[in-house]
Amino acid sequence: AVSLPFAVGQCGNQVGCRFWDLALREHAAVNKKGIYDEALSSFFRNVDTRSGGNGPDIYKGKICSLKARALLIDMEEGVVNEILQGPLRDVFDSKQLITDVSGSGNNWAVGHKIYGCQYRENIVEKLRKTAEHCDCLQCFFIIHSMGGGTGSGLGTFVLNLLEEEFPEVYRFVASVYPSGEDDVITSPYNSVLAMKELNEHADCVLPIGNESLFEIVNKIHQMINSGKLGSTVKQNSLVTSSAGSAKTLQEKPYDAMNNIVANLLLNLTSSSRFEGSLNMDLNEISMNLVPFPRLHYLVSSLTPLYTLADVNVPSRRLDQMFSDAFSRDHQLIQADPKHSLYLACALLVRGNVQVSDLRRNIERLKPSLHFVSWNQEGWKTGLCSVPPVGHSHSLLALANNTCVKPTFIELKDRFMKLYKKKAHLHHYLQIDGMEQSCFSEAISSLSDLIEEYNELDATKGGPRIDPSRLKIAV
Amino acid sequence: MSIVTVQLGQCGNQTGHEVFSALCSDIRGTHGLCSKKENESYRDSCKERFFCEEESGVPIARAVLVDMEPKVISQTLSMAARSGHWKYNSHSHFCQKQGSGNNWANGYSVHGPRHKEAIMNLVQKEAEKCDRLGGFFTIMSMAGGTGSGLGAFVTQCLRDAFPTSFVLNHVIWPYGTGEVIVQNYNSVLTLSHLYQSSDALLVHENDVIHKICAQLMNIKQISFKDVNQVIAHQLGSIFQPTHAAGEGSGYSRNPLGDLMETLVPHPEFKLLGLRNIPQMPENSLAYSTFSWPGLIKHLRQMLIANAKMEEGIDWQVRPPHPGSSIPSTNKPLHFNTSIANLVILRGKDVHGVDLGSFQDPSLYTSWLNPQDAFNAWKTPRAFNKYEKSASLVSNSQFLLKPLDSIVGKAWNMFASKAYLHQYTKFGIQEEDFLDCFTTLEQVISSYTNL
Repeated sequence: AVSLPFAVGQCGNQVGCRFWDLALREHAAVNKKGIYDEALSSFFRNVDTRSGGNGPDIYKGKICSLKARALLIDMEEGVVNEILQGPLRDVFDSKQLITDVSGSGNNWAVGHKIYGCQYRENIVEKLRKTAEHCDCLQCFFIIHSMGGGTGSGLGTFVLNLLEEEFPEVYRFVASVYPSGEDDVITSPYNSVLAMKELNEHADCVLPIGNESLFEIVNKIHQMINSGKLGSTVKQNSLVTSSAGSAKTLQEKPYDAMNNIVANLLLNLTSSSRFEGSLNMDLNEISMNLVPFPRLHYLVSSLTPLYTLADVNVPSRRLDQMFSDAFSRDHQLIQADPKHSLYLACALLVRGNVQVSDLRRNIERLKPSLHFVSWNQEGWKTGLCSVPPVGHSHSLLALANNTCVKPTFIELKDRFMKLYKKKAHLHHYLQIDGMEQSCFSEAISSLSDLIEEYNELDATKGGPRIDPSRLKIAV
Repeated sequence: MSIVTVQLGQCGNQTGHEVFSALCSDIRGTHGLCSKKENESYRDSCKERFFCEEESGVPIARAVLVDMEPKVISQTLSMAARSGHWKYNSHSHFCQKQGSGNNWANGYSVHGPRHKEAIMNLVQKEAEKCDRLGGFFTIMSMAGGTGSGLGAFVTQCLRDAFPTSFVLNHVIWPYGTGEVIVQNYNSVLTLSHLYQSSDALLVHENDVIHKICAQLMNIKQISFKDVNQVIAHQLGSIFQPTHAAGEGSGYSRNPLGDLMETLVPHPEFKLLGLRNIPQMPENSLAYSTFSWPGLIKHLRQMLIANAKMEEGIDWQVRPPHPGSSIPSTNKPLHFNTSIANLVILRGKDVHGVDLGSFQDPSLYTSWLNPQDAFNAWKTPRAFNKYEKSASLVSNSQFLLKPLDSIVGKAWNMFASKAYLHQYTKFGIQEEDFLDCFTTLEQVISSYTNL
């Protein structure tokens, strides 16, 4: 089953670039024979380039030329051009790119209304072409940031488009949320306007906080510098590294942060690509983690973020991995799930981990977590035999937890601070198709979402009254 | 008579593979502990039941593999072929690409009708290869989307297409603390639907098998493969050939029919539980000896006290005194009342074994004569390297508590309407859920009032 990533905007494409690099490395490590297989086909086409680039797809046999199944969209050329000049240039072709020159000026309305309108047909056409090459399209991934103009505005426009054109294909979105200190003043406007779209049109959203990524990268940096990891850090093991060298960390901090997000996406799709004793597909993630349509925001944590050279990891270390997944250090967004309410939780494990390891750790961790009354045993689990490159195993935890509420409340507050003063509003309202009501509807949508979380939080700690069962006449 | 196995979903296919592996390994073994003639007869009977012969001599499993995603079937087919001792027919499988997303409604209402023809064609082909078709054996889990939803649909199709054949569903119940969050919904939907079209549901609970792996088999890092191998051993102990009617007669020709006849006297009571003793790691087998009286005593107490394995049996539980009229509500809660039981004995000195304790009328409800409520099958041919092996297939209150627990949790979730939108999206409405709950509450009530 194929997953189709869309990278929209600067952030989206920078993450996307890391993602494709890591995906190729991962498949290269597993696929020793160079045969184009099912696993590869979920992200890559195999093209016969002898007839000059426009060759037909080859579905079986040796790998000829791999082309990523993707669409890269940016209203500036800088990032996409860099990709096309870099080591990944052969993985994409011009038919997958949609670019413009002037950017969106950090204005959601420019991205959504102007560019959306302008590029709609182009996007639909390229989307259809890409989809045609897919045997079975299961899921779309949008990778973008919320705070800017292109990723946020055009990205959510694409989201709408995907629902219209391919209503049955799942829509997953990896959204990078701006921090409070974001240097884009209008990022609250952009984010809230985008949130409305995510509320209404996404099946699953993985919110990611820049602050969290930054802290993770810093911690690793500190550990390397303090010599704690030192020479025992395995080559290629850093989740943050692109070239496998620790030095890269200092040169390109965003690369390191983007690598983390890229790894998130790789791990998320690992069980649908590779075999395991308990497979977990993306449609299963959506099914199990979204109890009510709008409550589809999932907090993710990833472990390990590095690994030591010790190959034979004893069971204690394995258990440590599970503990880490539930520690705030490993979350990709700042939140406090342990003191909030879990609606559902998924654990996707990779490597030589068996069902007993999974069960032992669930039993161990369960007592410290609060689950909603109607889902006391709400765990979805997956076991994938293939570990990520450089690690013997890894764990991705996805939580549907009311702990996202503070993030949304903060966002709302930042929005209201600007909106009350009507600061910078004219930049938006002057765009064709934008009205005051867009703003009021967006904030209303966010408020409703917050209210839904409030209602659930209110049930926390309350008396557990099981509803009475049906009575059968004997 | 031959049995056609339908393996459904990841669990069904992974388990099915272990079952055929175990059957094949058993007949290839030289540990039969019986005469050569007996051994050959056993082997031929097993082969006829479960395998087809090919020119190359490699037995081909009489099976149809169904899944909505390709990875598991692909693995299953290649693992079997690699064994060199048996394989699957390379055409007898059907798969798609996108899976069922753990969504029963997707499996039942979308994949079912869409792929009915293709799947039933494969089943028909397998059925035609049988000289005499003894019935169908389906293997599925009820927690996911394919085994459960598509499995329920396929069972219905089997019933419709083969109205006079037996259909036995082997259903694997998931771990209580989650493999799938919506597993209780999927379970309720599956069980209620299977109850309409299946002849009997033979149940294995993951939690129980896991404990056997941990405490009896001494496995440290228990994998699903380990769990499936224990399940395969237990199923093999039921389905390998036995003499139904005393020494001297040939191997029973109609295992599924015999099973139904002995254990399912009434369509309201279709839940069959399984116990098998002894269970131990293979390397301990050589050092262990058991006596039949000891095994029978343990098995009987496991039945009465509803023990899941031979360790930790509650010996305090006693059947009610015969003659005293105790209304079912006053019976000791831990006493397990039976409708019918079947004991299967395999191995050394099997023919002299005294099974009188199983014919004690106080074990049973009053509907059947104790002679009819209890049956025994035997063979001197040892199974799977166990010098002596005793199995119990029971239609009793074994599964009452687990069933009640699943229905309770599902109902709790249903009351909050959580996840319902995922099902209504594919055509299963709230009223459909209510019907299913009603059906199962009826089953629970029936078993409670035994």
